[in-house]
Amino acid sequence: MGRSIKKGPYVDHNLDEKVTAINDGKAKKSVIKTWSRRSTITPDFVGHTFAVHNGNKFIPVYVTEFMVGHKLGEFAPTRNFKGHSGTKQ
Amino acid sequence: MARIAGIDLPKNKRGEIGLTYIFGIGRSTAQYILTKAGIDFDKKVSQWNDEEQAAIRNIINNEFKVEGALRSEVQMSIKRLLDIACYRGLRHRKGLPVRGQRTKTNSRTRKGKRKTVAGKKKAPKK
Repeated sequence: MGRSIKKGPYVDHNLDEKVTAINDGKAKKSVIKTWSRRSTITPDFVGHTFAVHNGNKFIPVYVTEFMVGHKLGEFAPTRNFKGHSGTKQ
Repeated sequence: MARIAGIDLPKNKRGEIGLTYIFGIGRSTAQYILTKAGIDFDKKVSQWNDEEQAAIRNIINNEFKVEGALRSEVQMSIKRLLDIACYRGLRHRKGLPVRGQRTKTNSRTRKGKRKTVAGKKKAPKK
């Protein structure tokens, strides 16, 4: 089931604050390091680069307008399956 | 005979079923269309007169996206997912189920015919 519209999109508070600070010019624009994979990408995020944690390292994600509505975690895969050992291509 | 949205409808089926031969129209949409056009569900496709056909065409044109337009919309949505490289896009790319189903067994519709891995039964001796 989807989230109730009444509540609005879910964004972790600290992440929201960081983005707002940059948008308002209070902080220098930089890559935002975050563990908050569960946060929804809002239109404010467009044009920023996030370093999203995948459990091992941070994956740089440049947010475009098409990504709005998805979660940050969708862009940083947690499993990286390259194929079984011994299988020849 | 009855040609709607670029598709020949089967003549000898009930209208409710006949309409579902159009891509994008299922049973409930078909019933909605026929109710709105004031046509009995049981009336065969071949028995629709020109006015009734026109009414149906009108409703479909104005309210529904069908056939080519719908197909391209679906393709565009998938392409969007591929382009932004999100998890769902990656699953589409790999031809694996997109909505979190298990892949240890089943999901043959997405994965296609079984590909046997040679020498899988016997573990290699070390």
